[in-house]
Amino acid sequence: MDIFLQQVVSGLATGGIYASLALALVMIYQATDVVNFAQGEMAMFSTYLAWSMLNAGLPYWVAFTATLAIAFVGGLLIERIVIRPVENAPVLAVVIVCIGLLVILNSVAGWIYSYIQKPFPSPFPGTPIRFGNVVFGAHDLGAIGITLVVLLFLYVFFRYTTLGLAMRAAAQNPVSSRLCGVRVGWMLAIGWGLAALVGAVAGMMVAPIVFLDPNMMAGILIYAFASATLGGFTSPGGAVVGGLLVGVIENLVGTYVRFIGTELKLTVALAIIIIVLVVKPSGLFGRVVVRRV
Amino acid sequence: MAALLTASELRARYGWTRVLHGVSFEVEEGGITTILGANGAGKTTTLRAVSGLVSTEGSVHFAGGRIDGRAPEDLVRAGIAHVPEGRGTFVGLTVEENLRLGAYARRERARSDDFERVYQYFPILRERRRQVAGTLSGGEQQMLAIARALMLSPRLLLLDEPSLGLAPLVMREIFRIVRAINRDHGVSVLLVEQNAAIALELADHAYVLETGRVVLAGPPAILKQDDAVRRSYLGY
Repeated sequence: MDIFLQQVVSGLATGGIYASLALALVMIYQATDVVNFAQGEMAMFSTYLAWSMLNAGLPYWVAFTATLAIAFVGGLLIERIVIRPVENAPVLAVVIVCIGLLVILNSVAGWIYSYIQKPFPSPFPGTPIRFGNVVFGAHDLGAIGITLVVLLFLYVFFRYTTLGLAMRAAAQNPVSSRLCGVRVGWMLAIGWGLAALVGAVAGMMVAPIVFLDPNMMAGILIYAFASATLGGFTSPGGAVVGGLLVGVIENLVGTYVRFIGTELKLTVALAIIIIVLVVKPSGLFGRVVVRRV
Repeated sequence: MAALLTASELRARYGWTRVLHGVSFEVEEGGITTILGANGAGKTTTLRAVSGLVSTEGSVHFAGGRIDGRAPEDLVRAGIAHVPEGRGTFVGLTVEENLRLGAYARRERARSDDFERVYQYFPILRERRRQVAGTLSGGEQQMLAIARALMLSPRLLLLDEPSLGLAPLVMREIFRIVRAINRDHGVSVLLVEQNAAIALELADHAYVLETGRVVLAGPPAILKQDDAVRRSYLGY
């Protein structure tokens, strides 16, 4: 029972990270109908920037905040400079641009920082936290907390602010939004900025667990795809629930199903993707989108 | 009365297909002007040209300044509210959120009395304000579309076939409210309609558009007497 609880909590911790990245994917998908394959590498690159700042001696939370700001501006610029020119191109062209971005960010990170794994600090104490007989990692609990704060911030932003409302409107109906005076192009850019910010949080929370290297987000991104697919690519709340579920399922299956263990965990994510696509392609909370052809 | 909007020699095309071949018309300050015409006559394109959604040759003057070539986002800020064909409501947002978006382009934030004013014209929207717009009936969605435009406190209201797909009673109600908005707030209206009978009742000036050209213009009383208009648009 103790092991079960520990695995659930640690599953929620990684699940929160998948949820953040899945949310970033869904935000961009809803606004532009494009799956941003570079989301993971954008997060990885932000995490490297945080590492540089920490190495230069900045306190953790200063580096953390600065990284979020840089990630936001970076995401915004990527949309303006790289995505904007292919805005009206076929989806495949945009996908290829995203994949190109993935490769560029990956290579540039490897070129600057090398491919050798680096430890990345956690802002939380290393000593485990004990509730009775159950022991939880402080980083696990902290990561869950940070993820919840980020999600709450996004919820309040989209639900209650005028800018958030305008962004939702722009994603839903660009023409009507323009007729309301909403500058749709900028809303998309801000959406990319926010997605990059959320991704940066995920990167900094996962780096202490998986170590920092240019390929660290490759696996995480697949989990994020599984999460978004499970929750529904059309539902931000679904992506979050999907992320937490995937994190817990992955951990429990890894613990209790002997032949899977830690080696085959990633297969679980792929299995989830396939099962969802076969059984309920719109995901748990997604809408079925009907398109006239 | 002076003209609030003057369009002259508007030409527009989609790809190689010309839709407008030099359309000229005026909307008087505080008046209701209607453009009649069959499907494909270029009515919607004319409105889209005014609000900046399609690029045109020719010129459009609004409130003393030239506005053709300017983006819709800027024209909204100048006080032109366009209720597009098919209503253009945000079906995934609540009624109240739709209305908040209507006031987005205004300098000051929407206050409770702005909502009050709109709810006075459309009491049903007050009851439905927490509902998602997609769950409204067709008539209610049309009301919401007009209400959203009203939140801007516009100087000019562009209405694209508000009668489309509505039951006659609902349609009458909506036109009564448009008349009231025009009278109470001096909002000028440019109305594009297929339903000529009701549009001619409402308007104080009318144009008839055929395949991208104005073929007839004048006060409704005169147009109603015109044999061609009666046969083609009024059906008697």
